[in-house]
Amino acid sequence: MTSPNDQPATTHLDRSDSRLRSAVGIKGLTQQFLDRVRSGELGLLPVAIGLLVIATVFSILNPVFLAPNNLVNLLFDAAAIGFIALGIVCVLLLGEIDLSVGSMSGLASALIGVLWVRSGLPLGIAIIGALTAGALVGLLYGILRNRFGMPSFVATLAGLLTLLGLQLYLLGPTGSINLPFSSPLVRFGQLMVMPAWLSHLFGLLPGTLMVVLGYMSHKGRKAANLSSDGLGLLMFKALVFTIAIQYATYYLNLGRGVPWMFGMFVLFVVLMHYALTRTQWGRFIYAIGGNVEAARRAGIKVERIRTSAFVMCSMLATTGGILSASRLASSSQQAGTADVNLNAIAAAVIGGTSLFGGRGTAWAALFGVLVIQAISNGLTLLNLSSSLRYMITGGVLAIAVIVDSMARQSRANHGRS
Amino acid sequence: MNDTANPTRTDPILRLTGICKQFGAVTALDDISMDIHEGEVVALVGDNGAGKSTLIKTLSGVHQPTSGRIEFCGRSVQLQNPSDAITLGIATVYQDLSLCENLDVVANLFLGQELSPWSLDETQMEVRAWNLLKELAARIPSVREPIASLSGGQRQTVAIARSLLTDPKVIMLDEPTAALGVAQTAEVLNLIERVRDRGHGVILISHNMDDVRAVADRIVVLRLGKNNGEFDSNATHQDLVSAITGAEDNSVTRRHARQHSTEAGE
Repeated sequence: MTSPNDQPATTHLDRSDSRLRSAVGIKGLTQQFLDRVRSGELGLLPVAIGLLVIATVFSILNPVFLAPNNLVNLLFDAAAIGFIALGIVCVLLLGEIDLSVGSMSGLASALIGVLWVRSGLPLGIAIIGALTAGALVGLLYGILRNRFGMPSFVATLAGLLTLLGLQLYLLGPTGSINLPFSSPLVRFGQLMVMPAWLSHLFGLLPGTLMVVLGYMSHKGRKAANLSSDGLGLLMFKALVFTIAIQYATYYLNLGRGVPWMFGMFVLFVVLMHYALTRTQWGRFIYAIGGNVEAARRAGIKVERIRTSAFVMCSMLATTGGILSASRLASSSQQAGTADVNLNAIAAAVIGGTSLFGGRGTAWAALFGVLVIQAISNGLTLLNLSSSLRYMITGGVLAIAVIVDSMARQSRANHGRS
Repeated sequence: MNDTANPTRTDPILRLTGICKQFGAVTALDDISMDIHEGEVVALVGDNGAGKSTLIKTLSGVHQPTSGRIEFCGRSVQLQNPSDAITLGIATVYQDLSLCENLDVVANLFLGQELSPWSLDETQMEVRAWNLLKELAARIPSVREPIASLSGGQRQTVAIARSLLTDPKVIMLDEPTAALGVAQTAEVLNLIERVRDRGHGVILISHNMDDVRAVADRIVVLRLGKNNGEFDSNATHQDLVSAITGAEDNSVTRRHARQHSTEAGE
């Protein structure tokens, strides 16, 4: 530590070490960003590039891809898988996995059909019933993992089959139950979009929140004699962000508009982001994913947090299942099978969630699912068979994992976690 | 059994009586007794497998003793898990440091003790982190860097600072200098002295006799899970080594053997 008399009195508490380079202004920040990327701290960069490449390739092959209504459809489709991917992010952050999310979502859709349509219970009760089933399954995984030390890979693999069996059993020999088209659930999944003015209003929210929260943190840090990025920069970021969102909203409103279902998904992503970064629970999740023994020794009740993540994941998978049932207007034996499972996991990984725990954000679910859905949508537009679709999606997943592990090696070389 | 060096002192903060720990057929700790007072550095030395780490883990709530008594500030206590020990005021710096490499310095310092759990007060936590690190004269360039980017000595400092965060009565350090260079070792020893001067009781585990004699007020020797004598900081290297290895039949071992045989006869 340098002695007090060779530095100005105004030095911030966190800028007093002479070895520290500080970034000033937009140029400094650009430099910082480039340094970060070079050291393997990629953030959402690969996803952004991926989306750009996908959009370019598909719009060249078939201009319909970028048509507003196709994008609206894409967002409708993305929400259901997105919810499942959000749950996967939770368990991946702990260094666990849930392979049964597809089956869980299928079971949820079956439960909705059986409880609501076949038994005639109110829709609300059916949804609560399905969510409860999801919570119980998550609880069971938690117990299997904590009490019996069963690796979550195996426990949820067993769950995959069991839940699938339960789904088939519930649906019985008929195989599928149609949901009434006029019901609010199906309308929510197929038709309901925000009014244009409301979607633009919602589009202002993120920027406003950024400015307000940023200003509050700036004031707090200044009062505490800590450095902070300037307010001008904050305004600039918020402005660019808001313009981007408003333009996207405008473009979607050229078609049918912004689906409520997608809005709900984004809301959940934001809530999860808050929970992961601003609450003790989230901090514990990252800590356990980083070093479980250290977390335990810090007095964290690892078992409890783990169970909460499994419950969260299963319940989000349930939500995804209900939404996909509403999207398809049916509870069928096919729901949640095939590639749902892997698409959700792939979305989380492509979004930048590490398979090894402790790294990733809630945004991974949002951006990852956009990539996955864009690929599947684009390939469908090209009339490609599902055989090719699977192969291409598999290739993209492989690339995402390769990028992840290369970035990890680079981070290790640059002394980052 | 209790031959405390300074009987004139106040009551100990931490008193162990007859601690035994068995792992199946193996007796890791056999009738261990020791006292820790305020503002005192007690070194715990012994060969590999002497039971030092097991004893530390017993005191930090990771293991539960098979039998024996732990008294904290005069009260008999049960340490069922690490958070029990932390709440009581027994902090531990583990040999592997137990830091989360993916979290930054502030997050590691406050792990499990975060301010306002439902809306983390990052500003306040950062200020307290800086103040704590300054108090220890620690050289950490930035508290917003992940632990992975820090050097071994810096990590050690963070681990020690973390143990001080809850203002514990007793701090246990498991081989804090084992992986450090000459200068860093000196820093950590200074740090230990500063911690003692703040009035904490310190238990220091080390294989390095020079370090031990440099900072310890008392030196407790463990051998094969048993107490094998207690020395003050003037003890010679020779005395310590023979007590640790049991290679020489000295007064300490004779005295201990005598005591044990009378006890066993009772």
